[in-house]
Amino acid sequence: MKSELLAAAAAAVVVTVAAGAGAATLDTVKQRGFVQCGVNAGLPGFGNPDSAGNWTGLDVDFCRAVAVAVFNDPNKIKFTPLSAQQRFPAIQSGEVDLLSRNTTVTLTRDTSVGLNFAPVTYYDGQGFMVNKKLGVKSAKELNGATVCVQSGTTTELNLADYFRANNMSYNPVVIESNDEVNAAYFAGRCDVLTTDVSGLAGTRAGVAPVPDDHVILPEVISKEPLAPAVRHGDDQWFDIVKWTVNVTIQAEEFGINSKNVDEFVNSKNPDIQRFLGTSPGMGKALGLDEKYAYNVIKKAGNYGEIFDRNVGPGTPLKLERGLNALWTKGGLQYSAPFR
Amino acid sequence: MATETRTTQGAPAPGGTSFSLSDPTFRAIVYQILVVGAVVLVGWFLISNTLDNLARRSIATGYSFLEREASFGIGESIIDYSPKDTYGRAFLVGVLNTLKVSVIGILLATVIGTLIGVARLSSNWLIAKLASTYVEIIRNIPPLLQLFFWYALVSDSLPPVRNALNPLPGVFLSQRGLWVPGLSHSPVWTMMAVAFAVAVVGTFALSRWAKGRQARTGQIFPMARAGLGLLIGLPLLAYILGGMPTALDMPKLTGFNFVGGKALSPEFFAILTGLTVYTSAFIAEVVRSGIVAVNWGQTEAARALGLPSGPTLRLVILPQALRVIVPPLTSQYLNLTKNSSLALAIGYPDLVSIANTTLNQTGQAIEGVTMIMGTYLTISLSISIFMNWYNKRIALVER
Amino acid sequence: MTDTVKHVGLPDERPPSNIVGPVAWLRNNLFNTWYNAILTVLVLLLLATAVPPFITWLFVTAHGFDATSQECRAGGGACWGFIGEKLRFILFGTFPYDEQWRPLLTIVIFIALLVGSCDRRFWKPWLGLVWAVGLTAVGILMWGGVFGLTPVENTLWGGLPLTLILSVIGLAVAFPAAILLALGRRSNMPAVKVLCVTYIELIRGVPLISLLFMASVMFPLFLPNGVSVDKLLRAQVAFIMFAAAYMAEAIRGGLQAIPKGQYEAADGLGLSYWQKMLKIILPQALAIAIPPLVNTFISFFKDTSLVIIIGLYDLLGAGKVALSDPSWRGFYRESYLFVGVIYWVFCFSMSKYSQKLERDLNRSHRR
Repeated sequence: MKSELLAAAAAAVVVTVAAGAGAATLDTVKQRGFVQCGVNAGLPGFGNPDSAGNWTGLDVDFCRAVAVAVFNDPNKIKFTPLSAQQRFPAIQSGEVDLLSRNTTVTLTRDTSVGLNFAPVTYYDGQGFMVNKKLGVKSAKELNGATVCVQSGTTTELNLADYFRANNMSYNPVVIESNDEVNAAYFAGRCDVLTTDVSGLAGTRAGVAPVPDDHVILPEVISKEPLAPAVRHGDDQWFDIVKWTVNVTIQAEEFGINSKNVDEFVNSKNPDIQRFLGTSPGMGKALGLDEKYAYNVIKKAGNYGEIFDRNVGPGTPLKLERGLNALWTKGGLQYSAPFR
Repeated sequence: MATETRTTQGAPAPGGTSFSLSDPTFRAIVYQILVVGAVVLVGWFLISNTLDNLARRSIATGYSFLEREASFGIGESIIDYSPKDTYGRAFLVGVLNTLKVSVIGILLATVIGTLIGVARLSSNWLIAKLASTYVEIIRNIPPLLQLFFWYALVSDSLPPVRNALNPLPGVFLSQRGLWVPGLSHSPVWTMMAVAFAVAVVGTFALSRWAKGRQARTGQIFPMARAGLGLLIGLPLLAYILGGMPTALDMPKLTGFNFVGGKALSPEFFAILTGLTVYTSAFIAEVVRSGIVAVNWGQTEAARALGLPSGPTLRLVILPQALRVIVPPLTSQYLNLTKNSSLALAIGYPDLVSIANTTLNQTGQAIEGVTMIMGTYLTISLSISIFMNWYNKRIALVER
Repeated sequence: MTDTVKHVGLPDERPPSNIVGPVAWLRNNLFNTWYNAILTVLVLLLLATAVPPFITWLFVTAHGFDATSQECRAGGGACWGFIGEKLRFILFGTFPYDEQWRPLLTIVIFIALLVGSCDRRFWKPWLGLVWAVGLTAVGILMWGGVFGLTPVENTLWGGLPLTLILSVIGLAVAFPAAILLALGRRSNMPAVKVLCVTYIELIRGVPLISLLFMASVMFPLFLPNGVSVDKLLRAQVAFIMFAAAYMAEAIRGGLQAIPKGQYEAADGLGLSYWQKMLKIILPQALAIAIPPLVNTFISFFKDTSLVIIIGLYDLLGAGKVALSDPSWRGFYRESYLFVGVIYWVFCFSMSKYSQKLERDLNRSHRR
């Protein structure tokens, strides 16, 4: 009983010591028994806990996909909700193994913040949401408006750039927590709420008292490719995350999903055989199980499934695939070949 | 202080130092070496870890980012600022905003605190009870909660900007804040400011002269009236000479917001009100105990000497009460300044909030936190030094 | 006001009504001068305009604890339905719903420990043992994992237990550190003295937020590669560092109040430094320092609310998050009033206790 108590205490205090330095994240994760993933504290559709504490969302599902790739179990994962401010220190320091928190890929973050970005899981852009009553039809009419924006985001910078480029002035209300920004906007403190279009859709669907009172303006003022990130200095772990994301995209391209994946296991197509691990090599190269891709598809789904169940037209967010359609369907989602 | 001159049993005869642990002098040196060594070791451990981590994760270091363009907007600023300016200037904006809310907060809290402190000693039972209720409620509730409350009060309970309350012509109150008419740009205001500065210097010089004359001849110069006359009269003269401009810059609802006039943002209102109310409760207690500490006999003695009640208060009671009041008052001023960092929680762009944004945008957490701490230490030390100087001055007056 | 009537064989008579009785009291306390009379009338008018609407809002037109947000939004006074709906969330945060008897028991244990420790008869060595047992029980209750309790991660902790854990454990750990710092500050070893003074003044010169920031964003970089400490523990460490500096100053005040003769007498008995401190100086100094220590604890208790800034949801944080529920947005008066009353009850009773203690100790000193 006593040793159990000690173990519980030790686990709860989580003073996790990795076995050595450098390329050890995979070993640490395996030893620990779960992946520690940093997610958004409350953005419907991307990272959001329900009242029972179960996490859902697109970003969350990519965390689960990585857990499946490593453990073949989507529940061997723990989520750390992070604010915009906490996310970089958390991944830099090793508090989380993986940051999947609607984070935009930028040069600064790739270099001086010290991150490596996996393939983009959601191509987004920054937009504006206003109350319908204002009668605003275009972002170009926003001169002099009060804008609510979350601090420490690319959004905050794009906003300044956009108004500068269009010779307009604005009055920023900059708040650190996402909840507070939304609250300030819905209370009427600001005329405009700005963040990624997907985030606006999520906020409108999940937070607005009356969703139909608010309209997202047509202008998209920036490119916001959102991607999971790992820290510099561990190429193997980076590869695992990268090729787990690729699995979901490639699977959709092959037409493989969680329901029909078993039918493909005995496929004659050598591409698919390699992909699903029927003919070995790919998994081992990553240091994972040969059938990791099969497991990921079986337990986490392909990209289309992940998209549809979290943010797609059937969800409150009602987002179209758009840029996030496969390249074969006019979108940008494209996986490097499994070879 | 380096050597201990006290001798105890077991110590060698004075004069010689033996290298034995039973010698207190030697033991003290060993202890100090051990303690300093431990601190240096821990420090070295942390610093080397940090450097290692920074290098391994190729995180940028150094303060060169201060020269780079900030490219984020700031809601309110005393100096000109636009996203084109550097991180350095953005930080300066934050420091000035912190100083602004602290200075105004300290002034208001002192006035309100003193009134309430005096009210607690009032012979009027109702007033004394009311004042002590205020103190007991306010100081036992976290300041952050009070801040949230004031902020919610403005942003949730006032009408939207289009239905702004208009209690007086040109005054508008809405959830976007308070707008009042401002002064139109005119050289007269500069002239008046100069005149006021001249009056301050003049009053100071006059009071020195008056004191000297009183010491020499015993004649009392009506300093209060003369000083007040100077301070009001000179700017008024400048105003009249300047042609008495009356044009006001009225706020007008144009587009999304009011334009023109002077604006008080809800964030500033909330942080100022929160800090003032919270600190005034503590200052009230300081003032009350300061007044209670002066013996009643002092007043009676002054009366017996024939001093009128004004000079009794000014020359006898106040100097002694201040001696008790100033040290705890200083720490209240410091607390208010430090509590102004709570502004972060409601979005007032103080130095913590701007440093926070900066460290998010640049990823340089160590530099950001160091800048916050360095600035606060400077402010705290300056207030301490000033108040210590003041404390010494009034301590001299007493004896 | 002591009107003693000399007994000269006559029966006691009531004092005249212009000296005692309600009328005299009114005249002496409310209308003794003309300006006091005016003030009294003004204050009464003010109270008459402010208090009745508040009472009406609070009780008369208020909605009960089972009201829905639609009913509340239809108009009327305070919406206690908000508290009814969110009570458990505000008190226990995101702790698993079915297990919330555990944080409740935690609160009870904490209150029992605090109340018990207030009684001077219990100031015995075994009190430390009681605390150790109590805190262990708290740890078991919150973490679980033994005795058939489901394990609960500390990221799910919130509400009042988190506030109590941060403040009480912070205090318990900071106390010995504060004693060492206070002794170090008065030490005649210059290096030790300089270190302690630097530490104390450094911490007292910066706002708590900057320490929490350091714990939240900087501290992870201080550790060796691959070692990480969880967020709650980091915040707890920041609180301990903060509390130690302030408590050290309170204890230093106690040390300074000890007459020099006590030190000299101890030296004269040939006691070593630690014997002198532990047996002679500290017991007296700490007794003197208790009232300021309680005051430090009160402000420390209030300051735990700052953890909301680094994303932990203590009592205030939970009260605020409860407000972000779209269907209950805008009931901030009810939420802050409720949370404020809880804080107030804790802080007010502690400050009353500290005043009582101060009086008691002063009495024994005068003896």
